[in-house]
Amino acid sequence: MTFKGWRLPVLLILPQALITAVFFFWPAGQAIYQSAFIPDPFGLKSQFVGFGNFEYLFSDPYYLASFKTTAVFSILVTVVSMSIALWLALMADRIIKGSGTYRTFLIWPYAVAPAVAGVLWLFMFNPNVGIASWYMDQMGYDWNHKLNSGQAMWLVVLASSWGRISYNFLFFLAGLQAVPRSVIEAAAIDGAHFWRRFWTIVFPLLSPTTFFLLVVNIVYAFFETFGVIHTITSGGPQQATTILVYKVFSDGFVGQDLGSSAAQSVVLLFVVGLLTVVQFKFIERRVHY
Amino acid sequence: MSGMVEKTGKATWLIHLGLIIGIGIVCFPIYLAFVASSVSQAELVRPPMPLLPGDQLVENYTRALFSGINAPVWRMLMNSMVMALGIAIGKIIISLMSAFAIVYFRFPMRGLFFWLIFMTLMLPVEVRIVPTYVVVANFGMLNSYSGLILPLVASATATFLFRQFYMTVPDELAEAARVDGASPMRFFIDILLPMSRTNIAALFVILFIYGWNQYLWPLLMTTDPDMNTIVMGIKQMFPSGDDLTDWPLIMATALLAMLPPVMVVVFMQKLFIKGLVETEK
Repeated sequence: MTFKGWRLPVLLILPQALITAVFFFWPAGQAIYQSAFIPDPFGLKSQFVGFGNFEYLFSDPYYLASFKTTAVFSILVTVVSMSIALWLALMADRIIKGSGTYRTFLIWPYAVAPAVAGVLWLFMFNPNVGIASWYMDQMGYDWNHKLNSGQAMWLVVLASSWGRISYNFLFFLAGLQAVPRSVIEAAAIDGAHFWRRFWTIVFPLLSPTTFFLLVVNIVYAFFETFGVIHTITSGGPQQATTILVYKVFSDGFVGQDLGSSAAQSVVLLFVVGLLTVVQFKFIERRVHY
Repeated sequence: MSGMVEKTGKATWLIHLGLIIGIGIVCFPIYLAFVASSVSQAELVRPPMPLLPGDQLVENYTRALFSGINAPVWRMLMNSMVMALGIAIGKIIISLMSAFAIVYFRFPMRGLFFWLIFMTLMLPVEVRIVPTYVVVANFGMLNSYSGLILPLVASATATFLFRQFYMTVPDELAEAARVDGASPMRFFIDILLPMSRTNIAALFVILFIYGWNQYLWPLLMTTDPDMNTIVMGIKQMFPSGDDLTDWPLIMATALLAMLPPVMVVVFMQKLFIKGLVETEK
């Protein structure tokens, strides 16, 4: 059922269309346009280089390293946050009394901004005053994420995963509670113990949730962890934690290399597009479940 | 029946214990920040730091709120509040309208409009920062609330959500409105909006947190400390030399920064979960 007329609907859609055009399509178009140019050092005129910026990017060892860093980072964040969340959700699913209270305590870190989470973890692991680094020092382990690349990576992974546990927990718990009780009861009567029931019944039934969370967490690690990286490591040491989004920022704003930054934006546009397609393919499938 | 799966006695206690340990791990960083915000700088710089709250709580928070380092924290809290409310309310209003247009009308280029909006669904501002910054700078909107808010209002999640919801509203309602001679806007305001209020509230909770927690955009947009939002302002409180870091003040600010969104999640838990599930559908 629809109403007649076209002036009113166009008027209604106009605010969003305008904002989208000005702040989304124009900048995105600019990024694509600029990616084909190299501005001269004085910013007076630009030279057309076609795909030159892209060719340069994909032969730049720092950029390729940043791809690898992003892959390692997002896989670690996804695995760490999802496994802790699943562990907590499995326990919360098994208790009847008080699960609401536990849920409240587990979901509120969702509201903590990645940048604030970064500051909290930076404080715990600060080489001078941090409590975690102090205890590690007592045990003979030298912690300094400002010098050690591996430690820096683990710190940003932990800080990023921490805020993500709540989200994954909520979706896993909802998924677990949707598993039919009768199926589990039947397996229990057949003598299947907890882990056997989990791997043969619960985990397969949970796979739509798991797959959905995999995609969403990768998107999160790619794009929403900028605050964590910026507050804790600023991409260092020696670019060890420079993920792609951070590199767009540091090349574009700190390094003032606009052509390269624009080309990187375009590459990220493709990554986002790809992830969107994956997600929508999946959502379509989920609707038919 | 439940006795078959739900273990009793010792096993249940183990599960409770496991959950409590889990919560302990999840909450520990915040507890530590709270302790740090309640002691003096001198107590913190001699590791290991105390694990029980000290007596400097009021002093630290007063200092943060009313003097801060670059700007008083109350000022940054206010900026964050304006930004978060602006983003949440702005998105909801333009989305309610555009979804209404898309679902209840057939007009020229409807499909085009739909796809243009839809394409913004997943593109975060992080990806297009440099050109968006240039656009906003050309409009002279640096260091302004409109510059903080408008570029983040352009996203399709909310439009999509309302579209899905409108499509579940029975056709008979719009039919009846038309038979009664009510204008489309009457139908929108008197029938559709009241029906959407739970959805609006759930979405508001999610968008408020989203807006409050923005980091990169305000970092680029606000060079004037008086326009800093609290989430990005914390990082600005770190000095270049590490040994001078005023940790008690920074930790007090961090706790103040998380307080409003955490309150929203805790006190509007049902709406929050509804919003979270629906925006991801």
